[in-house]
Amino acid sequence: MSRLVISGARPLGGDAVDIVIDGDKISEINPAGSTNVDGDRVLVADNLVALPGLVDLHTHLREPGREDAETVDSGTRAAALGGFTCVHAMANTEPVADTAGVVEQVWRLGKEAGWCEVRPVGAVTQGLNGVKMAELGAMASSAAHVRVFSDDGKCVDDAVMMRRALEYVKAFNGVIAQHAQEPRLTEGAQMNEGELSGILGLRGWPAVAEEAIIARDVLLAQHVGSRLHICHVSTAGSVELIRWAKSKGIDVTAEVTPHHLLLTDELATSYDPFFKVNPPLRAAADVEALRLALADGTIDAVATDHAPHPSEDKECEWAAAAFGMLGLETALSVVIDTMVRPGLLDWAGVADRMSTRPAQIGRVAGQGGSIEVGQPGNIIVIDPEVMWTVVPSELASRSRNTPYRERTLPGRVVHTVYAGTPTVVDGALAETKNNERSVTS
Amino acid sequence: MKKHLLSSADLSREDAILVLDTAAQLAQVADRPVKKLPTLRGRTVVNLFFEDSTRTRISFEAAAKRLSADVITFSAKGSSVSKGESLKDTALTLEAMGADAVIIRHGSSGAPHRLANAGWINGSVINAGDGLHEHPTQALLDAYTLRENLCGGVGDLAGKRVTIVGDVLHSRVARSNTLLLATLGAHVTLVAPPTLLPVGVENWPCEVSYDLDASLAQADAVMMLRVQLERMNDSYFPTAREYSRRYGLDHRRMESMSEHAIVMHPGPMNRGMEISADVADSKRSVIVSQVTNGVSVRMAVLYLLLGGNSPAQPAPHEGIEE
Ligand SMILES: [Zn+2]
Repeated sequence: MSRLVISGARPLGGDAVDIVIDGDKISEINPAGSTNVDGDRVLVADNLVALPGLVDLHTHLREPGREDAETVDSGTRAAALGGFTCVHAMANTEPVADTAGVVEQVWRLGKEAGWCEVRPVGAVTQGLNGVKMAELGAMASSAAHVRVFSDDGKCVDDAVMMRRALEYVKAFNGVIAQHAQEPRLTEGAQMNEGELSGILGLRGWPAVAEEAIIARDVLLAQHVGSRLHICHVSTAGSVELIRWAKSKGIDVTAEVTPHHLLLTDELATSYDPFFKVNPPLRAAADVEALRLALADGTIDAVATDHAPHPSEDKECEWAAAAFGMLGLETALSVVIDTMVRPGLLDWAGVADRMSTRPAQIGRVAGQGGSIEVGQPGNIIVIDPEVMWTVVPSELASRSRNTPYRERTLPGRVVHTVYAGTPTVVDGALAETKNNERSVTS
Repeated sequence: MKKHLLSSADLSREDAILVLDTAAQLAQVADRPVKKLPTLRGRTVVNLFFEDSTRTRISFEAAAKRLSADVITFSAKGSSVSKGESLKDTALTLEAMGADAVIIRHGSSGAPHRLANAGWINGSVINAGDGLHEHPTQALLDAYTLRENLCGGVGDLAGKRVTIVGDVLHSRVARSNTLLLATLGAHVTLVAPPTLLPVGVENWPCEVSYDLDASLAQADAVMMLRVQLERMNDSYFPTAREYSRRYGLDHRRMESMSEHAIVMHPGPMNRGMEISADVADSKRSVIVSQVTNGVSVRMAVLYLLLGGNSPAQPAPHEGIEE
């Protein structure tokens, strides 16, 4: 069987090397140009940056139930193009992923598609109703090996339910990923509560609605000695709470979305629902605090919260529109723009926040490794210098609701290698070993 | 003037005075035996009302008809617009009809903004009230009424003190008035319980007070906002009685106002809640003339957005049709 050679790549921006992958593992790392590639498949990476395959903790693939918005196949194509070799599929599908049957279905669809690893997230409560605990143990023991549990889209707002869930998942090393949104404080809420919401007449979504839940949950996690993950942290106050909790040794991790690292609530002045998202875009000071927190590790991971919606759910008035925006195909570019270019993260930092730590949080063996001999062959090659303009119709996602329409962003994924097989070659989807469908554009 | 009237912030001081002056000229039409000008003959004006408001709809209809426009009214009640037909589809229908202006009332803040900017239609958009956002023609008719009563019907409102009382948080009238009256030089004071003031109100171009009595003596005009009783159920205030006692305008409070000061209300009133019946019907009340002025001001807006260059009033020999 022939080998795969990524020639001349610079792992984490270091010296150029040839990375040889045999099967699904890295078998050799040689000085650039010194590898005999006779009979091997070669991906040219002349001085481009190599990183471990990215891992997304927060992806809405919409299947089953909303295949008009996205499918496991279309969503994982988008993931591969964005440099991801693993995504966590959120549980708020129809039916909800609250049983072993549904998580196994999603997991199997991911395997069949073959574009990246799909790790289903299990619902914490049955039907996301917040009332009865779902069969977390059955999902953990299923073929899908669920370790992350979340009612994302809804907050587990009942304190007793949250406590029980945190305790229960200790038995299988699970984690509760909380969508921190106090429901009463956000009834009918449309955008960040501040001066702008008052002027625009859009119901305010106060920072305290997020922060109050985080404060409660870190104390619960401390009390019961469990592992807690905070989804899409969006305010400076949340950062302070998480920083405090970590300083007390509480086992809490947190993620931030690319859009909360780049966009602010000012965009709501257009009343364009492409900027409507949960949690809402916040003020510039929040964006600044989030960037610094990601830089210093208070926030552990970047997670896309990729949320596809069909056009009829966005081409309408603000209040009627769905919350959410696409993220998989632009995440790395936004991180380069907001973190790498300003000097807040180097490539090792990007690998840590977008691959290593999310893989640890999700307990995903075989992802988030380093680029060393013996490690899994999950590697991406990126050109950090190239500038590109986001054209919604050119995205692989089935939906078009990107907030970066016509924006120019830095950096593109050139090659993605998942488990030793190229899924993206020269910026286009490749044939995979599991999927005969060949898509090139 | 901009192409659309979506917010009072779209109006410069000069724009606003032009609207008021034009409205004053057009008001004379109402005194004629034939209340009609040919100015907008052949133009199509659509009233698109996703939210019920008979008085605003009738006011705009009368304004458009007096300018001889063809008027089409879409009302939400019982039509496709209330059954989930999207704003976009409705807009495309209107565009196919060749609407020159769309007057939109919508329960969602920013819906007029979407209609104007999403590329669905080419005509002018006039905001007739959107969600909790704005109602700029209401502010214009209020400014007209203030100018008529306090400034001899000319110029701006420099130095006049206007107190706006009530549910500022949920009031598009308060937002539009605060912006427009400040643009025209008035000193605006918003009075409300703290629960009914939006976050960030301290940065609006006005003063803010929780104490109605303290601001009455200096006011040249007091504008009472409608307070919906269901706010009580959401604990914005404890009871209607307590609200009325602390923030309602009754005879005793009216007595503490200066001699020339006027009382305004955008309607519909909750008599006995924010305003007592005797105050609403008193000599100081200009609530009825607010309604009359509404038609003149809306004629002026339509005229200025659509009529372009021709004079506001035809020479006497020009044709005036039935
Ligand atoms: Zn969420």
